[in-house]
Amino acid sequence: MSILEITDLHVSVTTDDGPKELLHGVDLTVRGGETHAIMGPNGSGKSTLAYAIAGHPRYEVIAGSVTLDGADVLEMSVDERARAGLFLAMQYPVEVPGVSMANFLRSAATAVRGEAPKLRTWVKEVKTAMSDLDIDPAFADRSVNEGFSGGEKKRHEVLQLSLLKPKIAILDETDSGLDVDALRVVSDGVNRYRAAGDVGVLLITHYTRILKHITPDVVHVFAGGRIVASGGADLANELEEHGYEKYAATGSGAEVAS
Amino acid sequence: MTEVAGLAPELAGAKEGQGQVPVASAGERFTSYDVEAFEVPGGREENWRFTPLKRLRGLHDGTAALDGAAAIEVGGAGGTADARSADAPRGVTVETVGRDDTRLGDGGVPADRVAAAAWSAFREATVVTLDGTPEPVTISVTGPGAGADAAVHLQLRTTAHTEATVVIEYRGSGTVADNVEVVLGDGSRLTVVITEEWAEDAVHVGAQHFSLGRDATVKATSVLLGGDLVRISPTVSYRGPGGDAELLGLGYADAGQHLEQRLFVDHAVPHCRSNVLHKNALQGAAGRPDAHTVWIGDVLIRAAAENTETFEFNRNLVLTEHARADSVPNLEIETGEIAGAGHASATGRFDDEQLFYLCSRGIPEDVARRLVVRGFFGEILNAITLPELRERLEAAIESELAISGV
Ligand SMILES: Nc1ncnc2c1ncn2[C@@H]1O[C@H](COP(=O)(O)OP(=O)(O)OP(=O)(O)O)[C@@H](O)[C@H]1O
Ligand SMILES: [Mg+2]
Repeated sequence: MSILEITDLHVSVTTDDGPKELLHGVDLTVRGGETHAIMGPNGSGKSTLAYAIAGHPRYEVIAGSVTLDGADVLEMSVDERARAGLFLAMQYPVEVPGVSMANFLRSAATAVRGEAPKLRTWVKEVKTAMSDLDIDPAFADRSVNEGFSGGEKKRHEVLQLSLLKPKIAILDETDSGLDVDALRVVSDGVNRYRAAGDVGVLLITHYTRILKHITPDVVHVFAGGRIVASGGADLANELEEHGYEKYAATGSGAEVAS
Repeated sequence: MTEVAGLAPELAGAKEGQGQVPVASAGERFTSYDVEAFEVPGGREENWRFTPLKRLRGLHDGTAALDGAAAIEVGGAGGTADARSADAPRGVTVETVGRDDTRLGDGGVPADRVAAAAWSAFREATVVTLDGTPEPVTISVTGPGAGADAAVHLQLRTTAHTEATVVIEYRGSGTVADNVEVVLGDGSRLTVVITEEWAEDAVHVGAQHFSLGRDATVKATSVLLGGDLVRISPTVSYRGPGGDAELLGLGYADAGQHLEQRLFVDHAVPHCRSNVLHKNALQGAAGRPDAHTVWIGDVLIRAAAENTETFEFNRNLVLTEHARADSVPNLEIETGEIAGAGHASATGRFDDEQLFYLCSRGIPEDVARRLVVRGFFGEILNAITLPELRERLEAAIESELAISGV
């Protein structure tokens, strides 16, 4: 069973006015088989957490640790983290002109699996995965994310998830910008991934509607750069009803204290 | 139907190039065989403003003597056996001719001072005539050596209804100014690949004159890889209706390199087509002069050129800092009766976000960069139908990537 352990994680970015600390000590453990939801106001640092785990060069870890099955994730390069079994479905997937989706997927699968997938089975595998997500096969010849609509980008993030089969997947607002049908298609995709193995999911969202499709084991409230409360699935409903007001104080308090 | 397209639909969201109205209409540009008929450029002229004149080694101001010798060999696609010998491939005639050969000039007239200087200075020209369906021919031009400069004159001719493939390879050191005439007979089809694989020191300023007979088709691919400064000015003109010119090209500029492509397509006859796609990748380095590419695409559709179909597209991929891509597409239309016309230019950066995205899927950094460059150039390289040549060029591009640690 896989285990992602985040301990007292402090992260900062460089701004024109010097370094700015965005995460003020995050503690979180995600085990294979578990689904954790993270909810919190805009700008509270949810994406920062996701990027820091994935190794985005803009975010500097100033204290704390992240390990995957005991291995030091922070020592790994971005691609090593992915090959170790981490996956981040991004809030804003990046357009890469000139690289076809087909070529990209094959290169990624080759890297993550350690060998090039056999061509015949691979073509079939991609076809099936695309049709599962209601993606037109014509997308395979288009440049990565280039000119894709918001919803199409999100579907392709889940397509990559289903092909790369990571141990731990972080989904950063994969539900945002999806219409009702797309939300169901994407949720089904995530659930297929969950069902296929002993995998952990960290689901960042603003809305409970996705949690009706993907039931979380734990819900965390994120505010002011840290987790300020954790609870069961019903915590999400309470948040939707009452908002984050009651946690705002805790969050800003943390900022002042830092 | 008349349709004038601006940006290609697949480019929605891409940065639109600044189309500019040139100082004078492309149709009124001055041409002459005589170097003295041109003013010495000072650098601010429309057709010289992007070129670093200081690095031209006097090609533009008469101080280059052009008295060196560039070696020209003509052989089969595989080897370099000189086709001037008795066992020349069937359908290929190679001649070395004097300045008085009346065929010279059939392709066109120099339109800038360096082309005219080359025309005024060459002593003998090489004329390669293709007839029937000959095997592919390779012409290699080797520079005169470091410190020397040379004028070269080449003419390719196809007889009516010939189908042929020619590769022109530029190599070696030194400075070369040349004119390449490509004169297509009626109904002939010529595929020509021109590679600039110069040594690092080389300077090459070339004019290419494509002249298409009735219903003739030319597919030209230019590959600009080597040299310190390479400036190529292809001109396409049509002698009769039905002509079709496809001009593909790629340039890979690294630190300090200047690669310039200045195209002029002159649609003066009805029912002709032109299709242009030129792609540059740039990678500079800190502490070195910028990697610089220039693409100028002038397309003129004259009043008589009814039912013209033309599209030109320049795309630039900036891989690093310290790189500059200039792009000026320009379409002038003097008739209302055109089949379709469009031009576009887009310059994009390969940035940290793209690198992060690819790496976050497990792809190592060097593979990610190669993926991007290969994908970018694939469209051009895949159109090269000679597999050995294509593989050699792919390998040359890979090694450029490797050298710079990209
Ligand atoms: N490079 C940067 N310079 C300055 N501030 C930054 C930088 N990057 C992020 N921030 C700030 O860090 C805070 C956290 O951003 P983050 O994207 O992690 O929030 P989020 O919780 O994901 O918000 P949302 O719900 O809107 O996606 C924000 O206030 C943001 O403006
Ligand atoms: Mg976010």
